Amino acid sequence: MQPMALWKRVLVLLICAWGIVGAAPNLFYGQVERHNDAAAAIELAGGTATPDQTTALAEWPDFLPSALVNLGLDLRGGAHLLAEVRVEDVYKTRIDAMWPEVRDAMRDLRDEVGAVRRAPSPDGVLRVTISNPAGMAAALEAVRALGSSVVTLTGAGQSTIDVTAEGSDIVVQLSEAEKAATDSRTLQQSLEIIRRRVDEVGTREPTIQRQGEDRVLIQVPGIGSAAELKALIGTTAQLTFNAVVSRTTDAGADAGPRNLLLPSVDENGVYYIVEETPVVSGEELVDAQPSFDQNGQPAVSFRFDTTGARKFGDYTAANIGAPFAIILDDEVISAPVIQSHIPGGSGIITGSFSVEDSTQLAVLLRAGALPAEMTFLEERTIGPELGADSIEAGKLAAMVAGVAVAIYMVASYGLFGVFANVALAINIALMFAALSAVGGTLTLPGIAGIVLTIGMAVDANVLVFERIREELRLNKNPARAIELGYERALSAIIDANITTFITATVLFTVGAGPVRGFAITLGIGIITSVFTALFVTRLIVETWYRVRKPATVTV
Amino acid sequence: MALRFRLAPEKTNIDFFKFQWVTFGGSMILSVLAIVAWIVMGLNFGIDFRGGTTIRTEASQPVNVAAYREALTGLDLGDVSITEVFDPSFAEDQFVAQVRISPQDGQEAVTPETIQVVEEQLRTVDASITFPSVESVGPKVSGELIWKAIAAMVAASLGIAVYIWLRFEWQFALGSLVALIHDIFITIGVFAIFQIKFDLTIIAALLTILGYSINDTVVVFDRLRENLLKYKTMPLRDVMNLSVNETLSRTLMTSVTTLVALGAMLIFGGDVIRGFAFAIFFGVVLGTYSSVFVAKNLVLFIGLDRGDKPKKPSANEFADVEA
Repeated sequence: MQPMALWKRVLVLLICAWGIVGAAPNLFYGQVERHNDAAAAIELAGGTATPDQTTALAEWPDFLPSALVNLGLDLRGGAHLLAEVRVEDVYKTRIDAMWPEVRDAMRDLRDEVGAVRRAPSPDGVLRVTISNPAGMAAALEAVRALGSSVVTLTGAGQSTIDVTAEGSDIVVQLSEAEKAATDSRTLQQSLEIIRRRVDEVGTREPTIQRQGEDRVLIQVPGIGSAAELKALIGTTAQLTFNAVVSRTTDAGADAGPRNLLLPSVDENGVYYIVEETPVVSGEELVDAQPSFDQNGQPAVSFRFDTTGARKFGDYTAANIGAPFAIILDDEVISAPVIQSHIPGGSGIITGSFSVEDSTQLAVLLRAGALPAEMTFLEERTIGPELGADSIEAGKLAAMVAGVAVAIYMVASYGLFGVFANVALAINIALMFAALSAVGGTLTLPGIAGIVLTIGMAVDANVLVFERIREELRLNKNPARAIELGYERALSAIIDANITTFITATVLFTVGAGPVRGFAITLGIGIITSVFTALFVTRLIVETWYRVRKPATVTV
Repeated sequence: MALRFRLAPEKTNIDFFKFQWVTFGGSMILSVLAIVAWIVMGLNFGIDFRGGTTIRTEASQPVNVAAYREALTGLDLGDVSITEVFDPSFAEDQFVAQVRISPQDGQEAVTPETIQVVEEQLRTVDASITFPSVESVGPKVSGELIWKAIAAMVAASLGIAVYIWLRFEWQFALGSLVALIHDIFITIGVFAIFQIKFDLTIIAALLTILGYSINDTVVVFDRLRENLLKYKTMPLRDVMNLSVNETLSRTLMTSVTTLVALGAMLIFGGDVIRGFAFAIFFGVVLGTYSSVFVAKNLVLFIGLDRGDKPKKPSANEFADVEA
């Protein structure tokens, strides 16, 4: 028997050692998790630790690895949301913002195009009527000049806007390339803002992922319910300060062009007509904190950035005595009368808030507004007790499976069965080490994947052992039989496992959540079981053979 | 010879084609019956594929399905089904039920308000009730999930078939494909007949069955490939029998270890995962059967062109991974 090269032996042993050391923290999940949490909290606090944190930190020594397998939502409990971002919302904002520019451009061409008027149009389309259709060509040219080139790889060279003429109307909308670019930006922004909001409430390891063209997957372990999560991320939190035109109790009142009729939050049946174009918006906020007003009522204090502060200052100086509306997501929170010029750029929003409301509003304002609304397509809440039950059941099943398979292997292959069991134990350690290292998530089907791997992992060994038996029956000498066993079983092992790996890959690509967790454990299990059968068991068998030099071998 | 526990005698000489009209024919008839059951009875789709909401309730008093239903009528929720869940792993005073609400018109996911009302109503029946899990899937997503699931099955089967074709012969690829379809359809048929909940995890289970079954089939084919080179003049049928006999002890051994592990999962894994564990358990039994009695029969029917040199056995192809 050709012994394994020294470097190979060393490498195999190193990998096994890595597996055992890397998997070890998972045996002490609670301690290590508290240690990691404390370490993260201390780092965040700039190196100062509370006594609690120090105790938690001491639960697991620093020099040992501390990477853990993440537990999926179905095991830890938490909330899962799949949201669709209404990317079209942004088209409207973008196109509406173009109207003043178009008007100005037309003003320069007044001699040719005559009077200009905005005509009613669906959302995301700007329709402008000119009184002198003869000047259409010049008008189109001028409007087109307002567009710029799209800055994406695929859309390069195209204009951001499509401008066409329909009779005496100029129709402006975003070009397809720009829509695609806008969608992608909208989604990026949404992800970023959702992340900031979830981080503000500080739960552990939230998953916030883009899925497909316009979807966002949000998984937050440890949160009470999907409803709670939705309240946090479902509100757009679009804050604006608008000039008030009038106040009415008529829900059907005609707001007039470029004005909005918005309900009041606090006063039932009261509506405000406000100008559509805000004076200042929430984007110009730099800070928002929960606080109390002079009457001791919960409120939110805020501060504008320099441009926001200047606009706000100018507006208040010019409109003393007039009311202005503070609007959050199309509802008027309050409409105070401007008492004096407010120069510093900071202010306070009052309303009938509870302390929770004001805290939440401050969080939302700090994190920023979502660029578009979201529709929730999927919501799941899993209670922590159910997850804990599942872990217990999974552990028990895995242990029973492991012991039963081990006994069965020894009964079938004697000493070689023991070798295979050692390899099986290393295999499981390697799986956990690999899962911890890649930050894989263990889900309930994932546990089933591990149990399945326990059953299937011995397959490669079985193939080899059966082959060795056959070679022994052909009266080959033991060393030769072992060598041939490994050699001849190889093609079956490789082919069989590659085909299984194909299905694991498909599962990973197609599946989401728990199914993907299963695919990861299955895939890792295939790799580790082939490794342990081909290298670990072989190393053990070879070493045993060299030390014992048996005259006959019985498999 | 030391004492060994053996499932198959050391050397077997079974003619696996002797009753092939019963074994292979029976398999084909069963597959057709399974498809009929699937079409006639339909699958008990979970919310992943049908949309809607499921609420798992847990209480310390026995579940009174009628009272639960009573509490929820008048909420205008459309189709509501309430089933009690039993499991040996539950504690004495742990009573679990599953409330399923069909998707609401014009809504993607059930609103938190609706769920709150449902929870309040159920609490009036039994104050101790808790809601360990609430899941809601909109019709838009569930429609997509069905297609994704079908695409996954097709992609995996084709991927496997192409691999087998590359490594063996096209007849082998066809044979394994038929065996795979046989395993999958019969499993789906069983889910239809017993109306077991069919959701996304069951798709994962079916894909796993695919992987396991092909694993088994490949081992037999690998030996067949080797024997075809060794016994150039032996009739194909005999070479096949020889190959299955030679690998029989491994086939049974691996099936049993896998079934032992899965049996543990089935018994101790808890009710949440039971459907999944059952599907895989059942599929492994079928997969073992099909690799012995189904996959190679088709190859025999089509016949192999043995003048053509069979593809190289792989030992040297994988020389670099050899230990």
